[in-house]
Amino acid sequence: MEIYEKSMKFWGYRRKDGRVGVRNHVLILPTITCAAQTAQRVTELVNGTVSFIHPHGCGQIGADFDQTYKTYVGIGAHPNVYAVIVLGLGCESHQANKIAKEIEKTGKPVEVVSIQDQGGTLQAIADTAKIAVRLVQEASTMQREECDFSELIVATECGGSDACSGLSANPAVGKTSDLLVELGGTAILAETTELIGAEHLLAQRAVNDQVSKRAYEVIEAMEKRSVLMGVDLRTGNPSPGNIEGGISSLEEKSLGAATKSGTSRLQEVINYAEQPTKKGLVWMDTPGHDIEQLTGMVAGGAQVVLFTTGRGTPTGSPIAPVIKISTNTPMFEKMNENMDLNAGTIIDGIETIDDVGKRILLEIQSVASGKVTKAEVLKQYDFGIWRIGPTF
Amino acid sequence: MNDYKALYLHFHDNVAVALSNIPEQTTVPLQIEDQRFTVKVLDAIRFGHKFATRMIKQGEDIKKYGEVIGIATSDIHPGHHVHVHNLTSKPRREV
Repeated sequence: MEIYEKSMKFWGYRRKDGRVGVRNHVLILPTITCAAQTAQRVTELVNGTVSFIHPHGCGQIGADFDQTYKTYVGIGAHPNVYAVIVLGLGCESHQANKIAKEIEKTGKPVEVVSIQDQGGTLQAIADTAKIAVRLVQEASTMQREECDFSELIVATECGGSDACSGLSANPAVGKTSDLLVELGGTAILAETTELIGAEHLLAQRAVNDQVSKRAYEVIEAMEKRSVLMGVDLRTGNPSPGNIEGGISSLEEKSLGAATKSGTSRLQEVINYAEQPTKKGLVWMDTPGHDIEQLTGMVAGGAQVVLFTTGRGTPTGSPIAPVIKISTNTPMFEKMNENMDLNAGTIIDGIETIDDVGKRILLEIQSVASGKVTKAEVLKQYDFGIWRIGPTF
Repeated sequence: MNDYKALYLHFHDNVAVALSNIPEQTTVPLQIEDQRFTVKVLDAIRFGHKFATRMIKQGEDIKKYGEVIGIATSDIHPGHHVHVHNLTSKPRREV
């Protein structure tokens, strides 16, 4: 079954900034926690809009302020978003107008509503909804066109892992990642925390010394942050439970997560919520937290997310479809409304890692062309920013 | 052939992972891409645990996922259990 030869296509939305979207959302972007409920009301009134609840946007300073700002802009500028209504309160530190101006550079329609300027919640809801009605109808006239897989950025992550993760779904995603890279696309590996102990192996795959050095640096910085909290992530790993399960070294444990990246050369290491500047395999420095890494990779422009899980999680994004891949068959059957694909067939001896890797690639094609994922059907709109400083 | 299953992850590997509890003295089929071979498993291997697919000399790299997961602290014959009793982390190269 050679379904992919040298190129693969999907049906996407071509945007003015040259990027390609796989969804056509009108986003109500609350840049401050105080506006999140108002944004939510608008999504209840206007079909075709998305938003999310979050606690960020005020009392933030320095590098932490910048990281949140970058995330908002990345989410608003995302090619899966046709238009944005930036919804602010008015007095917060993350000013809606400034964020809107940054998103406007993509050429997409951007509007701003401020709750304080509108004179309260109800008027802000009405005004935002009226703008949203116009934008949703406008968005619906966009046609999908044939796009190449080389225009895809696919995020990879694992959450709620089990003893099967490193044997079935993660290596299968690694195969998919390699195929995607061969097709000229981009795959993002993240969750720096989970890679501690395998950094020298990833560094060996770096395209040059600079990238290799960055790989060591982001691991060291992550370890230092945990030491500041009084915990050394390296000692005590692998845990007695890991050893009982057959894991013999920290390298082996971390490779179970790193295997999602396949065997391609590591092109660059990028910061949280930053867009990759290279095609191929890219490592984004994120924490292991499921929602924070998801948000970072989507803000970095990932149009589709591959998410492997052994215990089963409902995780989804308001912006990018998340394809959930079960590591074992019992959980796939038990939590079927949350799972899109089953890699447990590898454990069952029915399919090989290569078979499942190819099946995932085909699912990316379907989903990128419009097939909805379970997380989208269930409106699982998770959003969380990796805060790197305390709130002031 | 029997129903005991094991996973051989990469051409460079010298271990395979049991996908079920394998009793000692069991011949297990392995496959990678189109290549098929068998290993006689000498120890009882539990689900998720590893056994050697070929002779691993003391001090040699032990590979899973095509990557080094440690070095052998003693000679390991094909079919024997590979775990913390005969595998240790490789000292990391100084940066």
